[in-house]
Amino acid sequence: MTLDKPQIAAMLRSMVLIREFDELAIQLRVAGKIYGAVHPYVGQEAVAVGVCANLTPQDRVTSTHRGHGHCIAKGADIRRMMAELFGRVDGYCKGKGGSMHIADFAVGMLGANGIVGGGLPIACGAALAAQIDGRGDVTVCFFGDGAAAEGEFHEALNIAGVWKLPIVFVCENNQYAANNAVAVQHPRVDIAAHAAVYAMPGLVIDGNDVLEVHASAGEAVARARRGEGPSLLECKTYRWHFHAMRAAIPPETRPADEIASWKARDPIARLEQHALSRGLLSAAEVGAIQERVRGDLNEAVAFAEQSPFPDPKDLLVDMFAR
Amino acid sequence: MREITFQRALEEAVAEEMRRDPKVITMATDFTGDPIKEFGPTRVRFTPISEAVLTGMGLGAAGCGLRPIVNWRMVTFSFVAMDQIVNQASKIRYMFGGQANFPVTYRCTTGGGIGLAAQHSQSPYSMWMHLAGLKIILPSTPADAKGLLKSGIRDDNPVVSFECSRLATATGPVPDGDHLVPLGVADVKRPGTDVTIVGLAYYVSEALGVAEELAAEGISVEVVDPRTLVPLDVETLRASVRKTGRVVIVDEAPPTCSAASEIASLLVEDSETFRALRAPVRRVCAVPVPVPYSPPLEQAALPRRDDIKAAVYEVLKEPARRSD
Repeated sequence: MTLDKPQIAAMLRSMVLIREFDELAIQLRVAGKIYGAVHPYVGQEAVAVGVCANLTPQDRVTSTHRGHGHCIAKGADIRRMMAELFGRVDGYCKGKGGSMHIADFAVGMLGANGIVGGGLPIACGAALAAQIDGRGDVTVCFFGDGAAAEGEFHEALNIAGVWKLPIVFVCENNQYAANNAVAVQHPRVDIAAHAAVYAMPGLVIDGNDVLEVHASAGEAVARARRGEGPSLLECKTYRWHFHAMRAAIPPETRPADEIASWKARDPIARLEQHALSRGLLSAAEVGAIQERVRGDLNEAVAFAEQSPFPDPKDLLVDMFAR
Repeated sequence: MREITFQRALEEAVAEEMRRDPKVITMATDFTGDPIKEFGPTRVRFTPISEAVLTGMGLGAAGCGLRPIVNWRMVTFSFVAMDQIVNQASKIRYMFGGQANFPVTYRCTTGGGIGLAAQHSQSPYSMWMHLAGLKIILPSTPADAKGLLKSGIRDDNPVVSFECSRLATATGPVPDGDHLVPLGVADVKRPGTDVTIVGLAYYVSEALGVAEELAAEGISVEVVDPRTLVPLDVETLRASVRKTGRVVIVDEAPPTCSAASEIASLLVEDSETFRALRAPVRRVCAVPVPVPYSPPLEQAALPRRDDIKAAVYEVLKEPARRSD
């Protein structure tokens, strides 16, 4: 499917926004303005954006500890995301969740998840609900290569295969599970190979090419919508930064030439190049997108900073539904 | 009133709630009877033996508008799903700021005493109580089993229904119609004046047996059943102890960090209840070992009626009034 100019512009904007949001989150954490842990999604933007461009607001996604990109791609409001990082009452979780637990059920974002593999069973439940509702809604389950070593991954793929759930399992293989390379975690480096066992299509694609991600995910989403069952899409990609930071940025342990080779395949630069070379966007339009993202992020930070901290007297609010 | 078994009461609860609300579905590796005949394979799901995914699926589907009942069968098997229980189900509503409800019910059998040995004779409800975020029901009679499970299915939170194995074939009267028992309301199963026995699940009937035997000796025992461990109706428990001044708490879980410990703490932390106590609080719990298989060993590990009686005599030995 050929994407038109507004679609390309929207995808580019979303990818730039994700990158700049997380670069800003790193700065804010170093400055002590936000708390806890930050897991930057920088470098993997094409996966969230390419996949979610196929989804409707009624479709649902589950995410991971590295979840800011999935939130933004699914349509979450960056002001409320930022307020959550700042621990304020206008955050998505009223300051109760933070970076690893941002969710926006209103746009079908069923939550980041601090446990590797923890989102896979929940995604299957969302897909079961969609299957029973019968409206053709689809669930996308994002997870990393690390999760493929968890039992929950295998249980989820098994039951999704047996019940033909309308779900697309999207493995973001960023080459490292925390700080351990894929090759020391898995006997085969292609996670998609598991698909055959669970009787679903499995595809390895270039996760740094948003157009390829969009097209492949589109086929898997369409298959799920038609009631033909799940797919496993493995997107080969790379995170540019560390696995996680708290107060300080951890030292880099990966080979410099490996990092450089992946940065040469920058998913944002590739989309820009595609748009410019085909005359879909002008250099001025690309510049305007970047400008607007900076403005939106400034606004999000201002929104977060003016939002009050939660009142400790509300500590128990939201424990149980009444 | 009809007399039915505890097991039958639980099955009726599920069937009635499935008739009442099309959003209720049930998932398990196996079912008693043939619920597919009435409700169809879309709502009655035979599953692979995959407790982690079932537990999380129930949660995810609950967050998307269904009202799933996930039956782990035995609480033993729930331990395979610890991530989904501990990290997900008990925390998901709060950590997302209350933006969605998760009306999922997890069912399991619990307890020992039927020769199933260590792995299949566990009573770990206090582990779940500790999590903050799960409601927990623990019925002792067929009527409570039905009424509590129906309320649990209608509750908008994750609820764990602990269903005592030794009670499965016990019979009792169950009211006709839409019989509901609210969560968080304890029940005085037998009124008395000399000593309170707080019993859980199977040990409610044992406490009632002890009360009957002691009545012949002129000792008046009040038997209180919390019925729900989260939320816990501490006021009813305290009121009983304030009246009798003596309390024995009986459960088949080991005593360490147990429901019995929690109840004891909640009683003595209240100054009025503390001042009313005429004897130290006593717990009668399982010996802290993996429950053994051979009958004499299993009986030695679990509380017996004589242990309960001995504890009652002991608290009654204390002077009638505090020295001050």
